[in-house]
Amino acid sequence: MAYSDKVIEHYEHPRNVGTLDKNDDNVGTGLVGAPACGDVMRLQIRVNDDGVIEDAKFKTFGCGSAIASSSLATEWIKGKTIDEAATLKNETIAQELSLPPVKIHCSVLAEDAIKSAIEDFRNKQAARREALKG
Amino acid sequence: MLKFPIYMDYHATTPVDRRALDEMLPYFTESFGNAASRTHAFGWTAEAAVGVARERIASLINASRPEEIIFTSGATESDNLAIKGVAEFYQEKGKHIITTRIEHKAILDSCKRLEKQGFEVTYLDVTKEGFVTPEALKAAIRPDTILCSVMLANNEVGTVQPIAQLGAICREHGVLFHTDAVQGIGRVDFDVEAMNVDLASITSHKMYGPKGVGALYVRRSKPRVRLTALMDGGGHERGYRSGTLNVPGIVGFGKAAELAKAEWREEAARVTALRDRLHSKLTTALDEVFVNGPWPAVAPDGTLLRLPNNLNISFAYVEGESILMSLKTLSVSSGSACTSASLEPSYVLRALGIEEELAHTSIRYGLGRFSTVEEVDYAAETTIASIRRLRDLSPLYEMAKEGIDLKSIAWTGH
Repeated sequence: MAYSDKVIEHYEHPRNVGTLDKNDDNVGTGLVGAPACGDVMRLQIRVNDDGVIEDAKFKTFGCGSAIASSSLATEWIKGKTIDEAATLKNETIAQELSLPPVKIHCSVLAEDAIKSAIEDFRNKQAARREALKG
Repeated sequence: MLKFPIYMDYHATTPVDRRALDEMLPYFTESFGNAASRTHAFGWTAEAAVGVARERIASLINASRPEEIIFTSGATESDNLAIKGVAEFYQEKGKHIITTRIEHKAILDSCKRLEKQGFEVTYLDVTKEGFVTPEALKAAIRPDTILCSVMLANNEVGTVQPIAQLGAICREHGVLFHTDAVQGIGRVDFDVEAMNVDLASITSHKMYGPKGVGALYVRRSKPRVRLTALMDGGGHERGYRSGTLNVPGIVGFGKAAELAKAEWREEAARVTALRDRLHSKLTTALDEVFVNGPWPAVAPDGTLLRLPNNLNISFAYVEGESILMSLKTLSVSSGSACTSASLEPSYVLRALGIEEELAHTSIRYGLGRFSTVEEVDYAAETTIASIRRLRDLSPLYEMAKEGIDLKSIAWTGH
């Protein structure tokens, strides 16, 4: 399979690899995909009080395109508000990385990972508000 | 001095041995005759050269007569001719065929075609090491079974089948026995007489001969095997395979067979040592690596269980295509879904009962005649560095190291 230069670049120098504390209330964690399908992405965001994503980290089990998609996703959502990040579409990632049709699912997985991390963060915030009320 | 990229995909194909190439060259130019031309010296020269090649190939597999070698375009054609040719000729006798789940697609798809034409095919399961058991074969034989096809050695996981035992069972039950011998010829012991083999597919390019030429061994006595030809035409190869012979290719194939016969034992010992060195380096440096197929490669009683040149290994928690991407100086292959057009992991690994999670992480190393210690050491070093880097990127490796049972997680799939 021939990869685009951008996929190779992200694969060889992935941005924001790492782990945030999943028990921190300001951290949202998205874990999507399945080992049996050959790709799993974990994307984490740390959100400040203004709703801005201060930090984003990922780890990915998958092909080069999956690694590149998640690396690019973390790069793009850093500094954005969670509302802005939630609008990021897989097509944008696929286009930027020139993913071939057979690899589009990698970009879909990256979009799902962002959404899932945001949802986890929002759930935690809602739970915290409930706890404060209670 | 290492020359990049390093070739470690000898299961896919092999380079032509220079000694085979040298014998071929005159048959492209000055001795270009058609082996079927009976009226002049050009034809006689070509026919004689084909005759020499036929004898050399017959001798390599211990066929009793050179005429038992039918030249084809390669193993795919040989497999098609064996399966479909026997099925058509013997269909009055019965319409049941036995094969295995881990055969090459040329066998499996030929069988599928026959199923559409009213034949019944039993696909034998294999053990977790990839073996067909004699018991399973015995149980599958029916009164209407005409043919059984089991490969000599598997191209992905290297399993060497107990061909002599299986051949004996087939002979006893009056079932013709075919083996796709492509991966094993010149690498392991193979003898059509001792093993009761009635038909065998061989290809030149996996034994250091040129591409585009192969052979089907067809036994001529005890029992005399009959086939219906796939190709109609000039009646070449005793009517079994019409079409002008690829004389230079056949000459190269013949020379490659002669070299294989003279050198294979020594070569197998040398390649085994290289393969074992690679295995030892990888398994010493890395945790959670699993060999797919039989290991150790030799049984306590000395039976060879695995091709000398094959190492198929799963590096848990890192996906195969991403491994290949970082091993760009190495030419290897993977059983991962992502490297196949179908996005399905290897059917061979699945037939061995290897979980999809692990099938996705497999890499196949195939060593051969021109592999060196330096190449193996480099391959080990670059693989180890690559796996470590990718595991640092893998959420699964991190979770496994934290003691999380990955099977306890409700994965989303897609």
